[in-house]
Amino acid sequence: MTTDVETKVDPRLTSGARINVKWVAVFVILGVLFPFFIDGYTSFQMTLTIIYAIAILGLNLLTGFNGQFSLGHSAFYAIGAYTAAILVYHLDFPVYVTIPIGGVVCFVAGFLFGLPALRLNGLYLALATFALAVAVPQILKSSHLEGLTGGVQGLDIFRPDVPEVLVNTFAMTMDQWWYLISFGIMLLLFWAAWNLINSRSGRAMMAIRDNPIAAQSMGINTSLYKSLTFGVSAFYTGIAGALAAIVIEFVAPDSFTFQLSILLFIGLVVGGTGSIWGAIFGGLFILMVPNIAEEVSTGLSYAVFGVILILVIYVMPSGIVGLVDILKVRLKKKL
Amino acid sequence: MNTGRKLTLALAGIAAIGLVAGTAAAEKKYGPGVTDTNIKLGNTNPYSGPAAAYGTIGKAITAYFKKVNKEGGVNGRMIEFISLDDGYSPPKTKEQTRKLVEQEDVLLIFQGLGTPTNSAIHNYMNKKKVPQLFVATGATKWGDPENYPWTMGWQPSYQTEGKLFGAYILENVKDPKIGILFQNDDYGKDYVTGLKAKLGDKAATMIVAEESYEVTDPTINSQIIKLKSSGANVFFNVSTPKFAAQAIKKVRELNWDPLFLNNSVSNTVGSVYKPAGLENSKGIISLQYYMDPTSPETQETEAYKKWKAWMTEYNPDGDLLSSFNVFGYLAAQTMVQVLEQAGDNLTRENIMKEAANLNMEMDMLLPGVTIETSPTDFYPIEKMMPVQFDGERLVSIGEVVSAD
Repeated sequence: MTTDVETKVDPRLTSGARINVKWVAVFVILGVLFPFFIDGYTSFQMTLTIIYAIAILGLNLLTGFNGQFSLGHSAFYAIGAYTAAILVYHLDFPVYVTIPIGGVVCFVAGFLFGLPALRLNGLYLALATFALAVAVPQILKSSHLEGLTGGVQGLDIFRPDVPEVLVNTFAMTMDQWWYLISFGIMLLLFWAAWNLINSRSGRAMMAIRDNPIAAQSMGINTSLYKSLTFGVSAFYTGIAGALAAIVIEFVAPDSFTFQLSILLFIGLVVGGTGSIWGAIFGGLFILMVPNIAEEVSTGLSYAVFGVILILVIYVMPSGIVGLVDILKVRLKKKL
Repeated sequence: MNTGRKLTLALAGIAAIGLVAGTAAAEKKYGPGVTDTNIKLGNTNPYSGPAAAYGTIGKAITAYFKKVNKEGGVNGRMIEFISLDDGYSPPKTKEQTRKLVEQEDVLLIFQGLGTPTNSAIHNYMNKKKVPQLFVATGATKWGDPENYPWTMGWQPSYQTEGKLFGAYILENVKDPKIGILFQNDDYGKDYVTGLKAKLGDKAATMIVAEESYEVTDPTINSQIIKLKSSGANVFFNVSTPKFAAQAIKKVRELNWDPLFLNNSVSNTVGSVYKPAGLENSKGIISLQYYMDPTSPETQETEAYKKWKAWMTEYNPDGDLLSSFNVFGYLAAQTMVQVLEQAGDNLTRENIMKEAANLNMEMDMLLPGVTIETSPTDFYPIEKMMPVQFDGERLVSIGEVVSAD
């Protein structure tokens, strides 16, 4: 028998949250049909948005749900991208296989980096990851690895043609095909993240974020969970990196500068920390807003970008998802 | 019989009209982005980010096309020049270039700036068969008509210039000990390769130190200190403007007095020698292929007067001391020449054919320097002149030399 008190408890804590099937179904159907109504370039842009969204979700698992800061995710993105590029370029791997491999390599890298990072908190961890972000482009350029990474020249990746069945039945183009692949991977990873967050492990992650001492005294193995979260976060970002390399068909160290880390971080904050769907808004923001800023003023694009960013943060202190939540509550009150 | 004859005549008439229409169509052939009144050209430039200093070139090109349009365009067609910011980031270049090619439907991409950025679209452009013309980078790989028939460079390749510096050192320095500062990418390494190729077997003994930096580094002070301590008497500086200015300052600060060789990428009074201090920059030797807008000798020439008139009318915010404005002016003229030669046959194929069929001299190129291309030679400029900065301007100290 349940009492009144128990029924008022947040259902997330007892039974786990449920996915709103109706909305998700609408989202999936629209998402799948979308590329057939837009041109190739827009499909390409939307694919990039999805890729950024996956990377931002990875960062969010670490920062939003586990409270660890990282300015080094461009490094994991680069590792994922180069894993895919090297496997395709040197070893003739099928591109599709390289995507999960990129993720797994990053999981290992992230987990290993997470071990020493355990001793660091807050700002110190941010600095350590920053070092990683700065080091990776240089390492990729170094003459010792040039044979493998192509050095500053970078590597080209050629994508195989779209499967013939799809071309014949849907007249599918390369851009549409890779949009759909990315979209599918995103759905899968979002679903996995949702399940992770709403599981025992997810609650442990959040408990560590909110109060590490209390979490530890409850019997949570904080160091294991922190390293694992680092690994999972890197896994997501690595998958995004591998997809990006394939979609752009080129990798070079200059594509993965520290600025990319900052962009992912901006996407995280603007989308909303601690929200899974926020990552999509974050991805849209970091892809679209620089283009809008450029149209406003070519010479002052960064200044315009900065102004938009400040406005967004003032108006939506908890990100776009936070704004949506506030609007929902207000609408309900009015009704 | 009569009707039969009429019919034959009518048929002949129709055939004749068809023939005329056919030849008219053959005379006017348009690729994407071209109409009777308009030619659309695309471009990417770093108007923001670490290489934003080069944005000046994009602005100069825009200003030159304004002049062309005001004077009636090319064969009656206006040039519509769409220049987008890529912040020197390869993925952004790819995104912007695809926008230009697939959404804006440009005829070609002209003077995209940067080596990694152009590399990112190199295959895309050649697969799509869209001309990637006169890229603003001196990497050697842009002149490869066999494998990349849709891509062509413009300025002397970095390797060519490295070779010319090697020749200069061999002729003018006794017992040279060379210290090199270079940017850790294609651009930097190409210069070093060219220099070493020219020095040949002696390279190993003559080059006593090599230091590299990243384009994202804040300063290069420690590299200069190391180069000085190597005991070099020749300093070969292969860096972009911001770092070149830092290098000059640091070399003088350390009271180091080597023979200072500076790559043409940073051979600009306005954005390098002035910020580094004119006194500090005295004696620096570099190679040039176009006139220095700061030199009084240049300023007396007809060419300069024309250039200045253009600057004042169409690019009034531009710096009259910046050689980037000369660079943009010359590159844009080359593009106009190609469009003029192509006449009414403005297909992408014919554009490439005419780009590989140039033999021209231009105002503001140094005497003796020409632009020459052929179906097997995709390197338009391969001659340069050694010049020295005397505290105010660049004085020529030799004759135009050719790469071989």
